[in-house]
Amino acid sequence: MTNRDILLSVRNLRTEFKTLNGPVRVVDGVSFDVGRGRIVGLVGESGSGKSITALSLMGLVPSPPGTVSADSIILDGTDLARLNSDEMRRKRGREVSMVFQEPMTSLNPVKTMVQQVGEPLAIHTNLNKRAIREKVLQMFETVGIPEPKARLDVYPHQLSGGLRQRAMIAMGLICEPKLLIADEPTTALDVTTQAQILRLMMALRERAGTAIIMITHDLGIIAEMCDEVNVMYAGQIVEQAGVFDLFDRPSHPYTRGLLASIPKATEKRTAERLNSIPGVVPNLAKLPAGCRFHPRCGDAMPICKLKQPELTDLGNGHKARCWLHDKEGAKA
Amino acid sequence: MTEIAETIPDVADDAGNDSFLRDGIRIFCRNRMAMAGLIMVGCLVFVALFVSFISPHDPYRVALNEQFLPPSTTYWLGTDNFGRDLLTRILYGARISLVVGIVPSFISLMIGAVLGVVSGYYGGRVDFIIMRLADMMIAFPSLLLAMVVMYTLGANLFNIFIALSLVGWAGVARVVRAQTLAVKEKEFIEAARANGTKKVAIMVGHIFPNVVPTLIVLFSLSIPDAIMWESSLSFLGVGVQPPEASWGLLVAKGKEYLFSAPLVAIMPGVAILITVLAFNFVGDGLRDALDPYMKD
Repeated sequence: MTNRDILLSVRNLRTEFKTLNGPVRVVDGVSFDVGRGRIVGLVGESGSGKSITALSLMGLVPSPPGTVSADSIILDGTDLARLNSDEMRRKRGREVSMVFQEPMTSLNPVKTMVQQVGEPLAIHTNLNKRAIREKVLQMFETVGIPEPKARLDVYPHQLSGGLRQRAMIAMGLICEPKLLIADEPTTALDVTTQAQILRLMMALRERAGTAIIMITHDLGIIAEMCDEVNVMYAGQIVEQAGVFDLFDRPSHPYTRGLLASIPKATEKRTAERLNSIPGVVPNLAKLPAGCRFHPRCGDAMPICKLKQPELTDLGNGHKARCWLHDKEGAKA
Repeated sequence: MTEIAETIPDVADDAGNDSFLRDGIRIFCRNRMAMAGLIMVGCLVFVALFVSFISPHDPYRVALNEQFLPPSTTYWLGTDNFGRDLLTRILYGARISLVVGIVPSFISLMIGAVLGVVSGYYGGRVDFIIMRLADMMIAFPSLLLAMVVMYTLGANLFNIFIALSLVGWAGVARVVRAQTLAVKEKEFIEAARANGTKKVAIMVGHIFPNVVPTLIVLFSLSIPDAIMWESSLSFLGVGVQPPEASWGLLVAKGKEYLFSAPLVAIMPGVAILITVLAFNFVGDGLRDALDPYMKD
């Protein structure tokens, strides 16, 4: 990927929260790139920092108690990390927008659909009411809301969850942003609706060339949609790879554990229980020394308890944060 | 009333567009107590507006030869110590009581709403200052505060507005702040921020509309409060001054004759009671009808 194809380039993103027990680093040194029109996955367990990563990129981390810092967050030539809050506000909704997890609660119950979905236009453009209405109607058609005209003046509680999520996507895309961050957009929906929403997002990517950061804990969605994947664990990226590479050669023991815990349709059910990774996600305030995953890792070596591994390049853009792949680790 | 309850849902269904407001109106109309309250309030407003056409008597005309007449066909509730028609005095009193009920309630509501939303949304130091100010207002005996204001500024209607607004805003601010705290954690506020909405626009456009149902209820419930306050102030002699007629003043003046002519003190009291009850019924009905989170 050449530099011109890169839309978003995040370097060393760190997000800390002040707590009673001192500062807790929830996102620790996250770096990744998103190419124009690409879909990049952020996958990990609950509490791995994937949602906070998204909020940090959007400048939506509540401060206090949160503080976000980064070497650079370059979106299409502008370093978001250097913008003040008002400049960042102008970017939100116009150049980068976000779709949230809960379509039932992400719409204001006392505003009509056209008011809400058109809000980014009202903020970022000089369009008058009629033009906004026209645009919202077009967008409703684009995201496949049936009877779009009749849905303009209704309130959110009159729509189903799937329709609301379509409306949320319409709102996210109405200013034609370059980047859409989708934070578990299908988790709250039932399976058939999930598939529709994912297909819709893929289609919109084809149409408008919008790059998407897809946050999920569902590896099925990753396999289905993404071009590249970042696996997060305890606030760090532990593996970074193209989607085929990741599923062919999972290189971090955590990724392997995640993949092993998915039941396979083709496999005969010999074991009664599903595979799982032993242990729980560590408390971010009391991280283990050395590799953050070593207490749960079947391949842990003595060096894992002492020193934190760096992301090691395995070729072809595939990186893993594990001593197994590091020269120093191999020596030990 | 049953007629209303039966027809309104049909209308709403035909429109196929149950707006938030229409839902609320429907629920309100099904509530008998609330409708009764609304009718009573309606009558009161009508009477207060047109009393000069309805009543053949002059509320200020003194006729010392007609003191303390018992109820008759000419004087329906009898006359007072100056021979004035009691009913006419009470109806003229309704004007003052309604104005005093509505205007200061509205002012304190607006002040309380703005401060409450700002306090709840910004949090931190702003919140601390506004809420401690509210605590001070609430900790201070309100009647005393209102009396001090009336004494210093002088007893007239405008100063009653000031005194009652000063007393009333703190309670409103607290309720609105609590509501704001709940609303601002909702995902749609985060979604609005993700759209690049300005802070002020979030407060005005997203949080305030969610607080409005609460405000309407608070408003209807604070009207009777304000009427009671005005009555108390007038009763104590620092409110409306004679020969103006306000209900509190009528009770205050009538109490001296409680044993010889009990109606002179009791009837204005009954008027206060009915009005306060009516507004309370309406307020309760509105509260049930306008809760935005009971609709899903």
